[in-house]
Amino acid sequence: MTTTTETTADTTATATVLKADGVTMRFGGLTAVRDVSLTVRSGEIVGLIGPNGAGKTTFFNCLTGLYVPTEGRVAYKGTTLPPKPHLVTQAGIARTFQNIRLFANMTVLENVLVGRHTRTKEGLWSALLRGPGFRRAEEASRARAMELLEFTGLAEKADHLARNLPYGEQRKLEIARALASEPGLLLLDEPTAGMNPQETRATEELVFAIRDKGIAVLVIEHDMRFIFNLCDRVAVLVQGQKLVEGTPDVVQADERVIAAYIGSPMEDSPEDEALAEVQAAEAAAGAADTQEDAK
Amino acid sequence: MTTIIEPTEPAVAATPARGLLPLPTGLAKALVPAGGLITVVSAFLPWTWTSEFAGDLTVYGYPAGLQTLAIVAGVLALAYGLGEHGVPGLRWTNPGKSPNALFLAALTVFAVTWYTGIAITVELGGLVNLEPGGFIAMAGGLIGVVGALGLPQPADNEATGLAAYVAKPAHVPDAELPGAWIQRLILTAAVALGLVVFTYGIGIDPAESETFIGFVLLVAIGAWTLNTSGLLARYSRLSAGHRGFATTMAFVAAVIFPFTQSDDHNANLGVNILIFATVALGLNIVVGLTGLLDLGYVAFLGVGAYAAALVSGSEFSRFSGVHVPFWGAALIGMGASLVFGVLIGAPTLRLRGDYLAIVTLGFGEIFRIAVNNMDGSSGPDITNGPDGITNVPDLKLFGFDFAQAHEIGPFTIGRFANYFFLMLLFTAIVVLVFTRAADSRIGRSWVAIREDETAATAMGINGFRVKLVAFALGATLAGLAGTVYAHETYGVVPNPYQFAGAAPPNSAFLLAAVVLGGMGTVGGPLLGASLLYLIPEKLGFLKEYELLAFGVALILLMRFRPEGIISDSRKKLEFRATGQMDVPDQTTLEPATGVAKAGG
Repeated sequence: MTTTTETTADTTATATVLKADGVTMRFGGLTAVRDVSLTVRSGEIVGLIGPNGAGKTTFFNCLTGLYVPTEGRVAYKGTTLPPKPHLVTQAGIARTFQNIRLFANMTVLENVLVGRHTRTKEGLWSALLRGPGFRRAEEASRARAMELLEFTGLAEKADHLARNLPYGEQRKLEIARALASEPGLLLLDEPTAGMNPQETRATEELVFAIRDKGIAVLVIEHDMRFIFNLCDRVAVLVQGQKLVEGTPDVVQADERVIAAYIGSPMEDSPEDEALAEVQAAEAAAGAADTQEDAK
Repeated sequence: MTTIIEPTEPAVAATPARGLLPLPTGLAKALVPAGGLITVVSAFLPWTWTSEFAGDLTVYGYPAGLQTLAIVAGVLALAYGLGEHGVPGLRWTNPGKSPNALFLAALTVFAVTWYTGIAITVELGGLVNLEPGGFIAMAGGLIGVVGALGLPQPADNEATGLAAYVAKPAHVPDAELPGAWIQRLILTAAVALGLVVFTYGIGIDPAESETFIGFVLLVAIGAWTLNTSGLLARYSRLSAGHRGFATTMAFVAAVIFPFTQSDDHNANLGVNILIFATVALGLNIVVGLTGLLDLGYVAFLGVGAYAAALVSGSEFSRFSGVHVPFWGAALIGMGASLVFGVLIGAPTLRLRGDYLAIVTLGFGEIFRIAVNNMDGSSGPDITNGPDGITNVPDLKLFGFDFAQAHEIGPFTIGRFANYFFLMLLFTAIVVLVFTRAADSRIGRSWVAIREDETAATAMGINGFRVKLVAFALGATLAGLAGTVYAHETYGVVPNPYQFAGAAPPNSAFLLAAVVLGGMGTVGGPLLGASLLYLIPEKLGFLKEYELLAFGVALILLMRFRPEGIISDSRKKLEFRATGQMDVPDQTTLEPATGVAKAGG
């Protein structure tokens, strides 16, 4: 388990990479994210956990410009991010998706090359005229893309269609594609969902290797062992609000976190009533089940 | 010989070494080339007694028309049959070693001969009109098919019954490549064969629809045979190694084409095919690469054509005193289409999917109606309304008068052939633009947008801008073709520029050419436009049912070959790949729907 203090102290540059200030996202009457502030410093791996529906992915989408937050401000290295996904990527934040969104009918290499889009600038004219500059840029892009495929261990599959990769490799390819945009911050949305323990372990190694390249990582995950092994700091979102933030030890020990996951009632919590309702509903459902069985 | 066998399914199941028909393998093997040979011989006998049937299949005319086609089919079956017997020099015909190539070769003979026999019987009223030659030809066709059905299937063929006989072998072994010059010779020969086939098809008299149907049957099933035998796969591997050479040869063949035609009408067909194929290729950038369904694309052809006609010096033009040289007119046409493309694209490209299709459909119609009304009475006087701008003068480039026929050696190059050469140059430019754009940063971002727009924007692609570039580029290329079209057809009128109509150009025709030929490929739209233009042209009786036939053809295509005739390797895998990993359904991340969910 890496300890926060050591890592952050050792890193010479402790500059803030991402600073989210009071981000609130409302869909009509539903407040999915309420007043969440989060800071990611360079060289850090920060985890974001929380029960289903806590608003983690919505928060991610606010960070990457897919959603425009109703209130609040997101800044990357001191500049406020524009609410357009492609500009956010250009600024230096890359992401993966919870439900894998590869370009399924492009090859593995082409997927990564698309990721290079913001770091190259050859337009239509240079593509049509094919000057020496175009060739050089294409070659450089290809070399860089192959490097990233080596890094993620997909180099032999460069010419396969993305859709034909096995699940774990599709996740890796998403990471390679995100890295191609040379980000300063990588957002991973459940990178180990659906993976077996070995694959999860490999992903862990990969994330450490990415951190060692000097890229800060913010990761959403449900796998607690994974997140507590990996992260320097962990923030817990519950019902759209940030409950706790701290080192893995602090978060693991926090009673409110345990309560939020396991569901034991908190003292003078407004959730008591809700819990009672849920229990009543469960009892009713149980009765219904018995009836079903009787049939 | 022809009636003794009945198909017995259980026999196949019990003895997998036997074919669908229980014939000794030796006999079955012998029947295929025998059938081919009989058909070839029969073509030198009269098939009917009267010259009333299309072509002249009588004792005076043979071998003609359908008989020639039967000879070709017979030779094909003979070659495959003898190749199966290991005759040296013919083994290369079937690199996949599949008996199905034999079956399809035999089926080619069967289709051509039986189609002819039935057509003669029906058209002239009775079997009595068939001369012995006709019967022999049909017998030859049947013998070949029966023999092929007696051939045992290899053990790895999973299909059963008749379907097993058309399945392509899973694996075609790689050939040892001959020397580079031999490879080029093979490519040249293949392109020459393509030219011969095309020239023969375009040269068929429209009054002889029967011959053209026979031609289509021969080419379609013949190509299927070559594909199943694995020859086409080998050919594409070969041409991939010599891409530049193969493309050059294709254009050389296209340049030769007008010299093979004594009739300028065929050159007219040729130039129209080129124009529509070029426009379809432009549409392929929008539809095939970027995945934007544009149902009003023909309007851009119209904009280019009208722009060129307006500055051509025609007396019906609003600016009749203005006569811009052609290179200027081409630039003006492209520029006008570009401007319209951006004007229409800028507001509409914010929409996705079906909404975009409907809006472009609307804009396409708006163009036609607006042009119809700008006649000075119901609108500003610009386009001369429904009468259009006619009497567009012929081009003169570098002292070369397009209106005149020119003598080059023993060949006469007529007016349409002149335009054919000009259009061929433009087609080459558009092909170059398409291939270069597709294989570049911008082309990849188009495909990325087609695959998943949300992910593409998350990768830093400015979706709107990239789509607008595709839309504008497609429009510009159509405008370029339009400038030639205005001159070649002596003028422009509003009516052809509609969504769907009996005669091209119309948006549905162009879209169908792209989809039928194969989306995202260069060859696809060229082939699709040729087929869709030639078939109605040659089958006069189809005129009234053209749209119906069109629809039926598209439905059949979507059922049996959704990737189009020429398949992009990507598309092919998309529609055909089996056993691939399950990719979760992709949902769009729109705040309004709030699909994105953190759970899992």
